[in-house]
Amino acid sequence: MIALEVASSVLLLAGSLFAVTGGIGLLRFPDFYTRTHAAGLMDSAGAVLILLGLLLLAPDLGSGVRLLLIAAFLLITGPTATHALAHAARNDGVRVWAERVDKKR
Amino acid sequence: MLSAALVAILVAMVLALARAVIGRHLYDRILAINVFGTKTVLFIAVVGFLTGRPDFLDVALVYALINFVSTVAVLRLSHYREAM
Amino acid sequence: MSSLDLAEAVLLGILLVTALAITRARSLFVAAMLGGLFSLVTASLFVLLDAVDVAFTEAAVGAGISTVLFITALALTNSQEATTPRRRVIPAGLVAVLATAGLIYASFDLPGVGDPDSPVQTHPITDTYLRESQQDLHVPNTVTGVLASYRGYDTLGEVVVIFTAGIGVLLLMLGPRRPADEARDRAYLQAEYRVLRVVSKTLMPFILLFALYVLLHGEYGPGGGFQAGVIFGAGFILYTLMFGLAAVQRVLPMRTLVVLVAVGVLIYAGVGVATMALGGGFLDYNEFNPGNPSGGQVAGILLIEVGVGITVAAVMVAMFYSLIRRGVRR
Repeated sequence: MIALEVASSVLLLAGSLFAVTGGIGLLRFPDFYTRTHAAGLMDSAGAVLILLGLLLLAPDLGSGVRLLLIAAFLLITGPTATHALAHAARNDGVRVWAERVDKKR
Repeated sequence: MLSAALVAILVAMVLALARAVIGRHLYDRILAINVFGTKTVLFIAVVGFLTGRPDFLDVALVYALINFVSTVAVLRLSHYREAM
Repeated sequence: MSSLDLAEAVLLGILLVTALAITRARSLFVAAMLGGLFSLVTASLFVLLDAVDVAFTEAAVGAGISTVLFITALALTNSQEATTPRRRVIPAGLVAVLATAGLIYASFDLPGVGDPDSPVQTHPITDTYLRESQQDLHVPNTVTGVLASYRGYDTLGEVVVIFTAGIGVLLLMLGPRRPADEARDRAYLQAEYRVLRVVSKTLMPFILLFALYVLLHGEYGPGGGFQAGVIFGAGFILYTLMFGLAAVQRVLPMRTLVVLVAVGVLIYAGVGVATMALGGGFLDYNEFNPGNPSGGQVAGILLIEVGVGITVAAVMVAMFYSLIRRGVRR
């Protein structure tokens, strides 16, 4: 069915964009906490979108259920792991980045 | 569109790897490896659909689980400074 | 170049970079985690090569349990790598270069990927395994059929190897335990990681159920005893990490684990002895149901997979317990 394929392509494209953006954020942000924010958010969102896009292409019920299970699992454990990571880093004293104000004003 | 998704996932994997190798602090690396793990789950799922073998989804599910347990283990054992 | 070829090239590149990063890492924690990443990429390559059972085991064991056990061991000891003394660098480098050259030279003799004239494709036994296993065994997953029935004897050897490794670790590590301060444990766990605790507790039944599913589904899809045991072990390791050794030992004490490690091997060997008692050879599952040999095969395969799963799960959890109970020093 064409409608399903178009919808799936849109979801896959959106998910891919999120995934790549998250990766770029992981490299470019200045400190750990902002990187966590970028990576965690984009990771979970991109993953769910891609998996939903695949769900529309699923050939049978078994694959569909498995895709939903993977998506649910990633949705629950992704943010949890990111939260625990940031919490542990805060406790360990990883420094928050402070913006350097230009003194020449 | 599946091939495009595959390429995007590969790009994200390479970016995460860069952070894992550079990462200034241990936590940066844990984060990067966690992201890499999620991307691997997606990679296996997309490859399964590209080659027409959805059996691969079991591997993806196991991998998602193992990624979570690994991250929790590293966090707990490198951060927790008391005896268990 | 198709996207799958590109994926293979990129993954091989990632392997190279990761290997270099592992050798350069000073902190062994980082090296262990990058080693986990290496196993992950290897598992993805196996998926690309269509070897799903191997990818399954590599993902579960190499990327998960191995990394967790390494990190636990590192948490007990010094985690900075000592610098190599300068006079050892040249001979070590020479050995590395010679070994690599030897391996590359040996790889020229290997058949190309998918070569139709390679021994695997032309030897008649491949045909036997692929076609007759469907008629004799009625087990759709040929890998399980070969592992559990045609080469059941080898798999018995593998289980005994795991059993021996487990016993070795237990003999080394089971000693006097550092006095644990349960009140301090509990206080710390109450204050921190609340979200993780709740999520872990919620996920536990699903993880164990998934392990059971992988065990039973091994005849129809990728899976089987080894992978199921590892997943089961991972579940209990998660619980131990979140709730402490005292809490998890109320459910699965070390005494039970030591017994279970042996029970799995006994089940497997017991199946062999049972088939001999029924009049056939060792591990000849046809004897279970002489009127319907493929039914007997399915029963035999299921029993030995259960045995393998029990031993692997018990060994994983017992090894983790024995490391953790020494007290994490960091």
